[in-house]
Amino acid sequence: MTTQTNQATEIKSTTCYMCACRCGINVHLKNGEVKYIEGNPDHPLNKGVICAKGSSGIMKQYSPARLTTPLRRKANAIRGEGQFEAITWEEAFDTLETRLRHIRATDPKKFGLFTGRDQMQALTGLFAKQFGTPNYAAHGGFCSVNMAAGMIYTIGGSFWEFGGPDLHHAKLFVMIGTAEDHHSNPLKIELAQFKRNGGRMIAINPVRTGYAAVADEWIPIRPGTDGALLLAITREIIEQGLYDRDFVVNYTNGPELVNMDPKNREYGMFLRFEVPPEEGCFDPQNKLWWDRELNKPISTHTPGADPFLFGDFKLKDGTPVKPSFQLLRERVDSYTAEWAEGVTGIPAATIKRLAHEMGITARDQKIELPISWTDVWGNEHDHVTGNPVAFHAMRGLAAHSNGFQSIRALSILMSLLGTIDRPGGFRHKAPYPRPIPPCPKTGTSPDAVKPNTPLDGMPLGWPADPDDLFVDDKGEPVRIDKGFSWEYPLSVHGLMHNVITNAWRGDPYPLDTLLIFMANMAWNSSMNTTEVRDMLKDKDENGEYKIPFLVVCDAFHSEMTAFADLILPDTTYLERYDVMSMLDRPISEFDGPVDSVRIPILPPTGDCKPFQEVLIELGSRLGFPAFTDAAGKRKFKNYPDFIVNFETAPGSGIGFLSGWRGQHGQKTMRGEPNPNQWEQYARNNCMHHTVMPKSYQYMRNWNAGYLNWAKENGMIRHAEPINIHLYSEVLHKFRRAAQGISHGKQPPDRLRKRVERFFDALPFYHEPLENEMINKEYFPLSALTQRPMAMYHSWDSQNAWLRQIHAHNYLHMHPSVGDKYGFEDGDWIWVESVHGRVRCEARYSQSVEPNTVWTWNAIGKASGAWGLEKDANECTRGFLLNHIIGEELPNQAEGEHISNSDPITGQAAWFDLRVKVYRAEEHEQGSTFPQFPTQPRYPGMAKPVGKWLTYIGGSGKFKNMFKGGK
Amino acid sequence: MHPAFSVIFLTTLIGAGQGLFLALYTGQVYNTFGVVGEPVPVDMYITGTVIVTLLMGLGLFASFFHLGRPERAWRSATKWRTSWLAREVIVLPAFAGAAVIWGALQYFGLDPVLVTTDALQIKLSLVIGFGAGVLALLLYICTGMIYAAIKFIQEWASPLTIINYILLGLASGFSLAVALAAYYGSPLVDAYALWALVFTLIGFLTRMLALRRNGRIKRKSTACTAIGVRHPKITQISQGAMGGSFNTREFFHHKTPQFLHTIKVFFLIMAFVVPFTLLVIGWSNHLFVLLVAAALVQYVGLLAERWFFFAQANHPQNLYYQAT
Amino acid sequence: MTQLALVIDLNVCVGCSACVTSCKEWNTSSEGGKGMVDKNPYGKDPTGTFFNRVQTFEVGEYPNVETVHFPKSCLHCEDPPCVPVCPTGASYKRKEDGIVLVDYDKCIGCKYCSWACPYGAREIDEQQKVMKKCTLCVDRIYDTTLREDRRKPACVLACPTSARLFGDVHDPASEVSIAINERGGYQLMPEWGTRPANHYLPRHKVKSQVTEESLNRIDNPLKKEEQRAPASNDLPSLDDFLF
Repeated sequence: MTTQTNQATEIKSTTCYMCACRCGINVHLKNGEVKYIEGNPDHPLNKGVICAKGSSGIMKQYSPARLTTPLRRKANAIRGEGQFEAITWEEAFDTLETRLRHIRATDPKKFGLFTGRDQMQALTGLFAKQFGTPNYAAHGGFCSVNMAAGMIYTIGGSFWEFGGPDLHHAKLFVMIGTAEDHHSNPLKIELAQFKRNGGRMIAINPVRTGYAAVADEWIPIRPGTDGALLLAITREIIEQGLYDRDFVVNYTNGPELVNMDPKNREYGMFLRFEVPPEEGCFDPQNKLWWDRELNKPISTHTPGADPFLFGDFKLKDGTPVKPSFQLLRERVDSYTAEWAEGVTGIPAATIKRLAHEMGITARDQKIELPISWTDVWGNEHDHVTGNPVAFHAMRGLAAHSNGFQSIRALSILMSLLGTIDRPGGFRHKAPYPRPIPPCPKTGTSPDAVKPNTPLDGMPLGWPADPDDLFVDDKGEPVRIDKGFSWEYPLSVHGLMHNVITNAWRGDPYPLDTLLIFMANMAWNSSMNTTEVRDMLKDKDENGEYKIPFLVVCDAFHSEMTAFADLILPDTTYLERYDVMSMLDRPISEFDGPVDSVRIPILPPTGDCKPFQEVLIELGSRLGFPAFTDAAGKRKFKNYPDFIVNFETAPGSGIGFLSGWRGQHGQKTMRGEPNPNQWEQYARNNCMHHTVMPKSYQYMRNWNAGYLNWAKENGMIRHAEPINIHLYSEVLHKFRRAAQGISHGKQPPDRLRKRVERFFDALPFYHEPLENEMINKEYFPLSALTQRPMAMYHSWDSQNAWLRQIHAHNYLHMHPSVGDKYGFEDGDWIWVESVHGRVRCEARYSQSVEPNTVWTWNAIGKASGAWGLEKDANECTRGFLLNHIIGEELPNQAEGEHISNSDPITGQAAWFDLRVKVYRAEEHEQGSTFPQFPTQPRYPGMAKPVGKWLTYIGGSGKFKNMFKGGK
Repeated sequence: MHPAFSVIFLTTLIGAGQGLFLALYTGQVYNTFGVVGEPVPVDMYITGTVIVTLLMGLGLFASFFHLGRPERAWRSATKWRTSWLAREVIVLPAFAGAAVIWGALQYFGLDPVLVTTDALQIKLSLVIGFGAGVLALLLYICTGMIYAAIKFIQEWASPLTIINYILLGLASGFSLAVALAAYYGSPLVDAYALWALVFTLIGFLTRMLALRRNGRIKRKSTACTAIGVRHPKITQISQGAMGGSFNTREFFHHKTPQFLHTIKVFFLIMAFVVPFTLLVIGWSNHLFVLLVAAALVQYVGLLAERWFFFAQANHPQNLYYQAT
Repeated sequence: MTQLALVIDLNVCVGCSACVTSCKEWNTSSEGGKGMVDKNPYGKDPTGTFFNRVQTFEVGEYPNVETVHFPKSCLHCEDPPCVPVCPTGASYKRKEDGIVLVDYDKCIGCKYCSWACPYGAREIDEQQKVMKKCTLCVDRIYDTTLREDRRKPACVLACPTSARLFGDVHDPASEVSIAINERGGYQLMPEWGTRPANHYLPRHKVKSQVTEESLNRIDNPLKKEEQRAPASNDLPSLDDFLF
């Protein structure tokens, strides 16, 4: 939508990108300069509101940290020194084309493409697949993959992009392990409305900041013990009979019978009464219940059947069987509230009270919406029931090495309360729910990688059993990050945090060219930052860099760019086309699919080029099948052309955008390409919202109408029920392999114990891995980071307005910590872990659990980086905790390396960090450690701004001020 | 408050200027009414007026450093009905002008006798001087009221603020007058010295009274009233701007309590004890140097006093800026 | 007589600072606003003029502690102490809507008004040397070219938790007056008689309504899990003997 108003101000709409939330914005322009960015009141996501970051987009657009020309490391300059010379795009493309063509023709896996918090994984993933390399991932592995995997492997959906709490109907809202995080504006809107409606909010978190501040009750918890709490609550819910029996029976695998004969090969597997007629990535309905009336096994969901949830039964042939819910009950039996008190630090009485409050609210405050729907078994329902207890969780649970099982425990608790895709509970967002697990799979052997050939399988997928792993015949990884190997079998987002270390070590093999997009791997996106920086510039005995060619694409002067051999200057979000696609992570609402786009507001600055254009150019030059026609000719003019015309398969009618498909834009979800699709989006607030019929909006895992609709619209392959996996047979299959019981792929012997231990079909609590390997008395405190609401990781220290809010960071702690270790509020202290130490400023706070210390994430910066002056507060007083977080576990056997990650998903275990703290010496007071040589400005960057900046958009003075020259 | 040097110099310089003029005029009155028999050298009045003018000029000059936009200073008389600052802006030049006229009458010898009685002659300068004297006193009140009128800066919101501006101004002015009179060998030395000692002594007492009062202030504003939450333990953990803000610069002295205490002791000694002693010794022994020293030391002492006056003032806005 | 004001709901403010920067961006480029300076924007101790800040306080001691996010801007006092002290008349309160404003062309930058504000609401522009402050976005709230629902201060429109209400506190039927009355809206530092037009709405706790008695229910699903002992048809029963 473009509107002319008075005073020569033009208003254009696009989508924000100051964080990953993707709000609609209206940008006011005058004289070609941005005057004002406001939330788009007609956008379903943010409904007109905007956050501190979004409002500061102007200062990102005109940031002096912007890169404006392709740069090549000067001959003879050492990596990391930041000595570059400007080159043309033609030179850059020629360099890349020659290099990549050779790799693709010889050994495609020697090329790695890893991306940060970008929003184009469908395209970057396509590029990697077309190149033929398995070495692709985005940032999910070090972000919150445990949350995605733990929930999707249990309920077929997850928080944030995939689903969320329905606060419109909820009465009780429990937020656990979330500060101010994913889905920030929509969640804030909902939270306020929830509180105004009289809802009760409980925050469970070691720290009380952000959303927890407005909670009605704050329950401090020791980091990494959420699983213990959730299991204890689950136990109390079961023992008090507070679970929603009807829901558990009909919509979970709780009543399904599990073979309990330890001598049988099928031990631990569900009983099946027939082989399914059709194989696919769905759960065939061939399981059994034990009927209460007939007192014998019966096919699940037989009309009139009512199964036992508890009990111990024998089949006619004598095989002992139990409903999986009985196994869950046995599992949690030892997880008493009293036990959990010792682990979590939460009084047992509080744990029981929490359980009672959840269970009784769910049971007694039921919502009935007069919406009729039909389930997949043909039962008509004249209303939708809701148990109004909603949860939200994010990285606080996820970023631990026990996170996957903790999140499984949370998903199970949510299911026992009967809150999945029901009003007031958890609601899916299209294209979720998806089968458990979803259909895409990676390659399964080294043969998937062949010269000059697209990768066989996806670079990332959803293993359903050991045979889906991407390993060689010895069970060793094919991917550089060892994803989908026996070390981290369900690493559905990859392990970007181990790529540099692995490539440096040549384990499993060295890389040739590493292309990093928008990820600050030489600073806040890496663990063990100091050593990773050294690895990036380390050379072999021949004097060659161990990672021979490093390409970085970024819009800004990040720490990572200093290590590049070739820098590709990206545009800002106001200068580019983008899609928030149904093929990727759309912005769907509970009531239906929504996708959205960015449309350039301003021309690219200097020689900046959107990364998508780089990929399409390279893909065309290298002759990727998806980017060229049969004659090898370039298929797509540019990125907008690609978006309009690309189809998942020829004639599939499914492309990147769901709206205004078909020749005249008359079709939705599916339809042939529409040459005017961008214009349609531009006229409609840059988004497309499909509102489904009310009867399709709830109970979607089992909603016949919805599942058929989703199948017709290409969101799922099978219109089959997606029953909740209280008991995860998928996990059990990996354990069976580790035990040598199953026939398929087997883990290498050194990993058998590990896989057997962690791949438990039922959630269990174990201490974070690193804690098991260090002297906890020597490192008595847990150390955490949180993302502040006014900063998105490292992105905003370059922002003149936002950096005034967070110019540096402290280590916050309860005053008793200082009393115990001999320092005072405001003293400079050492924070030491088993990996090293950093120096920072202590700051007392009452709102933190006394065994925990914490700081804001990524405020600390390296000297000179991000266009800042060398004595900027971010460098002199700010600090980065990453230096003392290992990317690998300590104390491993000689020659063995295991990532400091969840053993199931490979999720980076940032929050497992244990430290000790003590006062720095007198001469060490007043400055941060470590320090690095000042990163210089590069050719093409703006001149230093100096002492004063008075921004007046539309004055014409600024559009060129920060543009670089050659 | 942050002690701004422009305002410290402004108030001490003009205070001394007003005091000196009042001393000069006192001399004229004494002379006219025969309190002091011998005639006072006119040169002393002329030099004195020059010094008064200089002090007022310097004060005014210093005040410009306090203004962000001095070129607009002319606007600052507009709101005299409500603003003590505007009133000061009017009274200050009025007083300085009257003082200059008074001096000029002496200098040019154009001082017609207005009234003659058998005992005395009332000259024009005596009337003008009276007006200037009234303006000098008014100016003290204006200056004092600028501070005393801010009711929520409780250290300032007291009659003692005005009294001290008057007394300390008078003390420094009369001390200066002693040295001046001694230089000209004027018979007024004794009277000036006596008044200087009296003003210094009373000033000391009223300043001590102010210190005592300020040491015992019960704050009307607390963290509770500032944010409207009733609780004995409220701690600020963020003020929303880590690089500092106008609020952290304008209203804080950024010095340690120890430093403040040192300044307090320093000004009490330098503004009162030392000049008092020097005056007594210099006066009784006719040591001109000591009398000059007394005036100078006292001025330095008053600079410190004024610094402390600002630094000690606790602005309630600081309740919102407890942590950085 | 109209008195426009903000009412800030501390019960929902999560301290995100959206109001801080949305204010800055609107006002720095507003017509005739002359910008809002930033000093050392990319260097040591960055600092600039803002009309609105969000501060954070901790109330109480662990574990009984509340984290209170506290936005603060000019309160547009009904009896503003900053106005009469201004020597030039640059500082004034509008009769028609009660907004306290500074005429940047008349201000001499003496800072006296800031001394006379107990709340620290005014900030000097250190480059232009004039005092600046919240205008309640006077340049947009009457702009008839804007959609009616967008004729509000930038901070109000931005606030994701709608913690900032805007309206006439003298109109008893207005949203803000109703909120003040129903929610116990209060003024800051009432002891000075400044009668701030802006009000704050206090925290309100929702307590758990669940009682232990609710645990005992006849329809407890556990009852459905009682298995009947397998009975054998072979054993005689009383029925076999009684006649």
